[in-house]
Parts: sequence; structure tokens; C-alpha cells
Amino acid sequence: MSMLGPTLVLALREIRRHVLRSFLTVLGIVIGVAAVVTMVTLGNGATAAVREQISGLGVNILQVRPGQGFGRGGGGPAPKDFDMDDAAAIRDQVAGVVVVAPLSQSSGTAVRNAANWATTVNGTTSDYFTAQQWDMASGRTFTAAEEQAGKAVCVIGSTVQRNLFRAEDPLGQRFRLRNLSCEVIGTLVTRGQGGFGNDQDDVVLMPIKTVQRRMTGNRNIRLMMVKVDPAYDMATVTASIQSLLRERRNIRGAKQDDFNIFDTAQISQTLQGTTRILTSLLGAVAAVSLLVGGIGIMNIMLVSVTERTREIGIRLAIGAVGREVLLQFLVEAIVLACLGGVVGLLLALVASWALAPMLQVPFLFDVRINVVAFVFSALIGVIFGYFPARQAAQLNPIDALRHE
Amino acid sequence: MGDDPGAARADRGDPMIQLRGVTRTFGFGTAGFQALRGVDFDVAAGDFVAIMGPSGSGKSTMMNILGCLDVPTAGEFLFKGFHVEKLTRDERALLRRRYLGFVFQGFNLLARTNALENVELPLLYRGEKPRARRTAAMDALAQVGLADWWDHTPAELSGGQQQRVAIARAIVTSPQVLLADEPTGNLDTARSLEIMELLTRFNGTGITILMVTHEAEIAAYAHTVAHVRDGLVEQNEARGP
Repeated sequence: MSMLGPTLVLALREIRRHVLRSFLTVLGIVIGVAAVVTMVTLGNGATAAVREQISGLGVNILQVRPGQGFGRGGGGPAPKDFDMDDAAAIRDQVAGVVVVAPLSQSSGTAVRNAANWATTVNGTTSDYFTAQQWDMASGRTFTAAEEQAGKAVCVIGSTVQRNLFRAEDPLGQRFRLRNLSCEVIGTLVTRGQGGFGNDQDDVVLMPIKTVQRRMTGNRNIRLMMVKVDPAYDMATVTASIQSLLRERRNIRGAKQDDFNIFDTAQISQTLQGTTRILTSLLGAVAAVSLLVGGIGIMNIMLVSVTERTREIGIRLAIGAVGREVLLQFLVEAIVLACLGGVVGLLLALVASWALAPMLQVPFLFDVRINVVAFVFSALIGVIFGYFPARQAAQLNPIDALRHE
Repeated sequence: MGDDPGAARADRGDPMIQLRGVTRTFGFGTAGFQALRGVDFDVAAGDFVAIMGPSGSGKSTMMNILGCLDVPTAGEFLFKGFHVEKLTRDERALLRRRYLGFVFQGFNLLARTNALENVELPLLYRGEKPRARRTAAMDALAQVGLADWWDHTPAELSGGQQQRVAIARAIVTSPQVLLADEPTGNLDTARSLEIMELLTRFNGTGITILMVTHEAEIAAYAHTVAHVRDGLVEQNEARGP
């Protein structure tokens, strides 16, 4: 269409003629696009952050705990904790289990010289590092001999390291934990915040026997982390562990389990689902402001048609057909809306780039949402520009020429 | 056949414009007002017609119909063999684009748009290329003596200059008919004479001119004067060139 070039030039000139008015007109679109894109970008970042943190719980990990579900549930005697034999049984008798890391938790204040730091103590085996896929920053994990003997050796997280040793090399150093003096044999790489806002690096790991003997004073295990071979079906492995534990804990017939097996992938899915719903909800709210922006464009285009009635009359008298006048105003509305869209995208880019670190989510530039938002704003130009443009096209040239 | 405007005069075949029993009613029923009440009117190609009459006589309505901006309520309007009364809105627009040029009393130039672009406007709708538009528009401006004023906006031009730009815009497409509605209505005597001289000159190149006026000395430039009164063409006197 040979008219498109001049029409575009005309539209741009008309917009430039009323810079402030055009800017105010598209402000709705600008804000709408900026809001939608910022929301979705940050939402995507949050989803990614959650995914990242959940994967910190380990992939293909089953957490086995005494009790039903989270917490202990209703009355009755407290369910029995596990012991090392349970862990060994699961590892040896269930197909598809790679490692089982038993966990015995305690806490205490670590003291070294003038520095002290209250932290969590996890008694476990070297399998824990495999199950958690947690690498060493320096040093080594426990040896089998140390685990057997219940030696006072420990691997520390970076938070503990920072608070006790500052910049010093902690390897080979000792610190006191309650009545126990333990030697640092390794440090862990930093993991950062966990899926529930907890500091994963605020931890001291020791052989489980050490913790049981010297700190908790019992042989109980409150948590077993079971790493499953990805080639096996999680549900099947879960069922096998369930029947094994029922047998070992003497639970017969219809009696309910007094333990629970939790697949971390479930948390991941649940949390990701939640963030996704939040993102789309916020996006929908922002989309409403886009609609309001469209109405702003329609309003100003109607004003513009009235203002330029005489011009339209001249064009029609000179021989413009209705379609050409329609196109002229439609193009103007679309150009306006697109300009608003572009400004909105730039604003969103700046806003999400600035806000992402404040919200502690990664900044992920999503090409798709940017394209979608731009096309949507153009579409709004078409939809809300059509009515005023049609009004212009349907003007009677005689009346239009007489218009003041 | 009739494509060369200067070739056909009234005595050499069918008139270019024929109104047959044209009525134009505004409103409906008893509230309706009949602005034209059965006009029969012919214009030969190359003629220079002045349409005169008091205000409210129906001359503007007639002009609108002749300019294909309006259609008769009843009757026939033949323009170069086209039954204009049967054409759609867009078809009439195309007819205007192709054959007609307009000069209005109020000049009706696009504000904030320079003279050259104003003159280019009809060429734009004809789909001419930018360079061809520019050349033709500059040529038209030169013909009305405003070549040096091409980059001035209407606000920067005097009334007489604005009307000359309007004439340049009307003739830039080499129309067959130029319709002028009170072309000197807003101008003083000296400017009016300039405009009439221009119109006479373009009529000399073969462009048929239809002009509404209420001033006898302006009408004196025309070859034919049609008097409109109470919705009828009362008198149609040919004065000869």
C-alpha cells in the first residue's frame, strides 16, 4: 500500500506536534506495559530462585521422618525415632537407593577464643554430602574410621567459618562445642539462603556417633535422607521404603504409618505452582491498567478527530476515500500505543533490573513477555483506535468543511 | 473522446455536466426542507460558469452536488456519462480525486503544513511517487506565482496568497472541472482580481470552471451565469467568452 509511508510520517508528525499530550495519552500504556513486564520478569526470577533453592534440598531425595506429615499430629505416644539399623536396612534392602544419610540434630554454641556462635549441629555420615550434592570448599569429609570411632572432627559451613575463624584458615584448628573440642577437617561451599529463608551455611557437621554419644545422649535418628537412583521410579522406591519401615516398626493391617516419606520434588512443584499463580495474578492486575491505557488513547483520538474535523473534510473533498482517512487515524493510534509500549518496556527493564537485587531474586530478561507486551500494546492501539478512526472516516465532507 | 477538456464545447456534443430534475430535500416529511426543487442544468466542457443567487437560494446545495460531495434526493446528475446519483460514497471520492479540483471561500488549507505539502496532498491520494509529487506541486505553485513561498505555512501567508495556494492545490492534478465556492469572498478587490485572473487563465487551458459568487463584477469573468432562486435555476444566460 503506497499510502502507508506518508501515513506513518503524518502520524509521527501529528504526535510530535503535541508531545506533552501524546506522552500523557500513552502514560496508561507505558505504566501498564511496565507493570506487566516488571511483574512477570520478577515473578520469573522468583520462580527460578525457588527452583534453585529447592534443588538445594537435593534432587531425587526422599526425606524420611518419624510422625505423620509435618509435626507430630494428634495425641497418642510420640512416634519412635529411627536408628542406624533402619538406615542400613533401607540402604541394603531397597532397590534404587543410592545412599541413606541419617541425621541426628543438636545445637550449641561454638566457641573459639573470644568468638562464639550459636549454631546447628548435624550428626551424619559422609553419605550426607553425596545425598545433598554438597561439595567441599577445602579439606575432606569424615573417614569410615572416624565415623566408627565417633571422633570429634567436623566439617563447617561458611557462616560458622566466618564467625569463628574470620579470614584464618580453619583446617586443623579446634573449637569448643558444649563440652566437646572438635577439629575442623573440612569446610563446605557456600549455599546461601534455603527454600524457607534459613541460612543453609550456618551448620556444623560431625560423625553421627559423635553427636549421639557426646551431645544428644541417645541413638535416635530424626531424619533420614534417601538418595534415589534417577533410573528408578520415585513412587516405587517410596512404596518399598514404606513397607520395609512398616515391617520393622511392626505396623500391621490398616494401622496408619507412624512415619512419613517426603519427596522434595513435591515441595518444589507446590512452591513453583504458588509463585506461578501469584505471577499471573499480578500480571492480570497489570493488564487491567493496560486496558485503561487503551481507553486513554481512544479518548484522545476522539478529541483529535473533533479537532481535525476540518482537515478531514479537506482530505475527503480532495478525494480521500473513507478507508484512507480511517487508516490515517488508526496508524496514528497504533504508533502512539507502540511508542507507549516501547517506553513501557524500557521502564520495565530498568525497574526489574533495579528491583531484582532488592527482592533477592535473579534478573531474568524474558524475551517472550517483552514481545507479547509490545504486540499487546499495538493491539490496544488497533482496538481502541478503530472507533475514533471510523468516526473520522464516516464524517460528511460538507459538514466537516464547515466545522469550526 | 472527452478526455481532453478543451476539445469539447457545448456545441460539439453532449454537455460534460447534466442535471436533470434534481431535487435535494433535507429532513423528512412535513419538517423536510426542499433546497433544490427540480433543477435542470447543463455545463459544457471548457465553460466558465458563475452561479449566482441570494443566500438560501440553494446555490450551495447545488454546488455540493456538482462537486460530488452530496447526492440529489431525486433526479439525475450525469458527469462525463457517470450517473453520480447512483455512485457510492467512495466512488464519488474517487471521481473527485480523478476529475475535480476545489477552491473554497475559507481557503481550507491544512494548518501547520507548508504550501508545498498542501499542494502535494491531492497527488498523495493519487498514489504519485514523492519526487513526481514534489515536481508537480512546485510547478503548480509557480503557476500561481508562489514558487518562492513553498515552505511557508498558511499562517505565514496573506489571504490572497492562501487562496492562490488553494488554487495551486486544485489545479495540480490537471482536473477537468474546478469548483470554486465564493473564491474571492474573503479577499479585497485587488486580491480578488488576481484570483479571477488566475481562474480565467486556467479556464483558458481548458479547465471547466464552476464558481459560486454573489458579486456581479466577479461573475462578469464567467462565460455563463446561472441564477438560482428558491431552489430553481431561473436564468441561464450565456455571455460568450
